[in-house]
Amino acid sequence: MKNTLLLLLSLALLTSPAWAEEPPYEYPIVNPYEATVIGTPAFGRPELPAKIRVEPLDIKVFGDRETPDVFWYWNTFRCSLAYQKGKAPLIFIVAGTGGSYNSSNMILLQKIFYKAGFHVINLSSPTAADFIVGASATQIPGNIADDTRDLYRVMDLAWKQVKDRIEVSEFYLTGYSLGGAQSAFLAKLDDEKHLFNFKKVLLINPPVSLYSSARILDDMLVENIPGGMDHLNEFFDQMMQKLSRVYKRMGAIDLSSNFLYDIYKFETVDKEGLEALIGFSFRLSASNMIFTSDVVTNTGYIKPKNLVLTTGDSTTDYAKVCMHTSFLDYFNQVFYPFFRARQPDLSKQALIDSLSLRSIEDYLRNTKKIGLVHNEDDIILAPGEIDFFRQVFGSRAKIYPNGGHCGNMIYIENVGYMINFFKS
Amino acid sequence: MGRQTLNAMVARGFVLFVFIVMAHGCASAPVQKGPIQPAERPVSEFVKPNVTYPIDAYDPLESVNRRIYKFNALFDKYVYLPVVSAYEFILPVPVQDMVSNFFNNLHEVRNLVNSALQLKGGKACITGTRMVVNTTLGIGGLFDVATGIGLPKQNEDFGQTLGFYGVGPGAYLVLPIFGPSSVRDTTGLVFDLGTYEIMTTEMIGWLDLNSDEKNAVTWGSDAVDAIDTRHQQSFRYYETGSPFEYELIRALYLKSREKIMVEN
Repeated sequence: MKNTLLLLLSLALLTSPAWAEEPPYEYPIVNPYEATVIGTPAFGRPELPAKIRVEPLDIKVFGDRETPDVFWYWNTFRCSLAYQKGKAPLIFIVAGTGGSYNSSNMILLQKIFYKAGFHVINLSSPTAADFIVGASATQIPGNIADDTRDLYRVMDLAWKQVKDRIEVSEFYLTGYSLGGAQSAFLAKLDDEKHLFNFKKVLLINPPVSLYSSARILDDMLVENIPGGMDHLNEFFDQMMQKLSRVYKRMGAIDLSSNFLYDIYKFETVDKEGLEALIGFSFRLSASNMIFTSDVVTNTGYIKPKNLVLTTGDSTTDYAKVCMHTSFLDYFNQVFYPFFRARQPDLSKQALIDSLSLRSIEDYLRNTKKIGLVHNEDDIILAPGEIDFFRQVFGSRAKIYPNGGHCGNMIYIENVGYMINFFKS
Repeated sequence: MGRQTLNAMVARGFVLFVFIVMAHGCASAPVQKGPIQPAERPVSEFVKPNVTYPIDAYDPLESVNRRIYKFNALFDKYVYLPVVSAYEFILPVPVQDMVSNFFNNLHEVRNLVNSALQLKGGKACITGTRMVVNTTLGIGGLFDVATGIGLPKQNEDFGQTLGFYGVGPGAYLVLPIFGPSSVRDTTGLVFDLGTYEIMTTEMIGWLDLNSDEKNAVTWGSDAVDAIDTRHQQSFRYYETGSPFEYELIRALYLKSREKIMVEN
C-alpha cells in the first residue's frame, strides 16, 4: 500500500509539467526582512577566488574643485578595475544606495564577473559621500537624471584611463538597488551618446519609484521603534550597544557594510527590531549623504551657512541632528527647493515622477537588451509595484518568489542566471 | 614592543605629525565666504542640552584627537599599510599565521598578569596552561594548539585591571599609531608594554649575544611585532564612508571597553 502510494506520488511528480520545467527555488530564507539583512549564507554562495587581479583607479573628475579640509580623505575619487590578461568583455557595476565601489557586496560581484571572464569596473553610488565630494556636478544627490550623467562621466574617464591597457570585446552594465534604476537611465543615455553601446544591461532589484521606496524605508524606522520616534535616542543607543558587543567579541568590525549582519548574527533581534534595524541602516546612509552634501554645497541645512569646518572641528552635534533627519525631510527642505530654483514651474509631483522608472517606461518596454531580476517579496516595493516589472519587461523579467531586497543576489542560482543572461 | 622602540616610534611619529600639521597649516587657510548664518535645522533646536546621546563622549581634547586621528589615517596609508602589504606579499600565509601565533603567545603575559591582578583564578589558569601548551606542543608558540583543545584566549589588560578596581575611563584619547584609547587605557598600555619589555629583555638575555646583537634582536622583533599587529587588524580608515567616522569609532571603542569591564 505504502509503496503504491509512493509510486503514484512519484509518477504524479514526474508528469507534472510545472515540476518538469522549473525546479523549486531553494534560496533558504523566506522572511524578506531576514533575507535583506542576512543575504546569502556561505553554503549558498558560488565558489569564488580569494584574490583576483584588481587595482584602484583614481579619477580626477573636476580639475578645479577643492576638497573641504574636513573631508580631506575624499580628495581622490576612486573606482576599481579587475582585469583579464587577454581580450574580454568589460562590465560596469553600479553600487546601491550609499554603497562604495569596495563594499562587500561590490567585491563579491566583482569576483563573480571576473571569474566568469569579464573585465570589471566597480563604481560607487552617486549617493556615497566620496561620489558627492568628488564626482557629482550638483553635489545634491538623488536626482536620477543628474546622477546618471555624473556616473556616465566617471565611466568615460575610467575607460579612458584603462583602454590602452586592457583589450575589450564589448561593454555590459549592471547595478543593484538604486544602482539598478540608474543602470536603466544609463542605458538610455548611452543610446543617445553611444560611448559604449552596451550589448546587455541587467537591473538587479531596482526600485520603481525612488521617492516611494525611500518613504517605505523611512517608515520602517519610524513605525518600528519601541515607543515611537521620541525614543529614537534609546533605540540608537541599543543598536550601538549591540554593535559594541560585536566589536568587543571580534576586536574589530567591518564597518564598511556588514554591520547590519553583525548585529543580527550575534544579537537577538525580534521582528519589529529587524524592520527598525533596516530603517536605521537607511537613516545612517541618508545621514552620511545629507551631511556630506550640505557641507560641500554650503547650503546651510545642518551646518550653519558659511561656517568652514576644519580637521579639528567637532561634528558630533551635526550627527545628532542628522539622526533626526529623514530622507523625506531632505527631499522637502533641500532637494525640491534646489530643483525648483532651477526650474520655477516644477511641481513636487513632477519631480517625484521624474525619479521613477515609469518616466522611461516606453524605453524599457522596447529595449530588448535590458533584463531584470527581482523578488516578489522585495521590501522596498509598494504593493503592486512588482507587476510594473512583469508588464514592462515581460519575459525579460526574472522574478524569484523570495529573497527580500537583494538578499539572494549572490545566491548560486541567481549568479548562474546573471552570468547566463550576459553570455547568452 | 621594546621601550626604546616605543620611544623611537613615538618620537618619529611626533616629528611626522608636526610636519603634517605644519604642512596643512601652510597649505591653505579655509576661506569663509560670508557672514555665518544659522542652519535650517539648527543644533539649538534639535539637540537637547540635558539629554545624553549615544554618540556623546567625554572628549575634552577632541580637537587634538581629531588631528591625531587624521595623522594615524595618513600614517596608515603611506607607511604602515604599504609595509604590511609588502610583508604579506613576501611571506606565505602559513608563515604569517606562525608569526601571529608567536607574538600572540609572547603577549599572553599581559593576559596572565592582569588575570592574576584581578584575582581571576580560572582565567589565569587557562592563560598559564595556554602558554605552556603553545610554547611546548606549539613549538615555541608558532602554533596555537591550546585554542583547538578548548582553551580559548582570555583577553585581559591593565586598563581592564584598573577598571576592575573602579577606575573610570577618564577622557577619550586618540594615541598616535596606537589609535583609540582613554586616560585609563593609556596608563594600562604603558604598564602592559613595560611588563612585556621586562619579559622579552630577560628572554633575549638568555641568548648568548653581545650588546649590538641584542639590540638588533630587540629592534627586529619589535618591528615584526608592530607589522604583525597591523596585519591582524582588518580595520581600514574611512571605509565606513561616513563623515561621522570619528564619532562612530569613539562610541564603539568606549562602549565596548565598558562592556568588557562589566561582562568579563
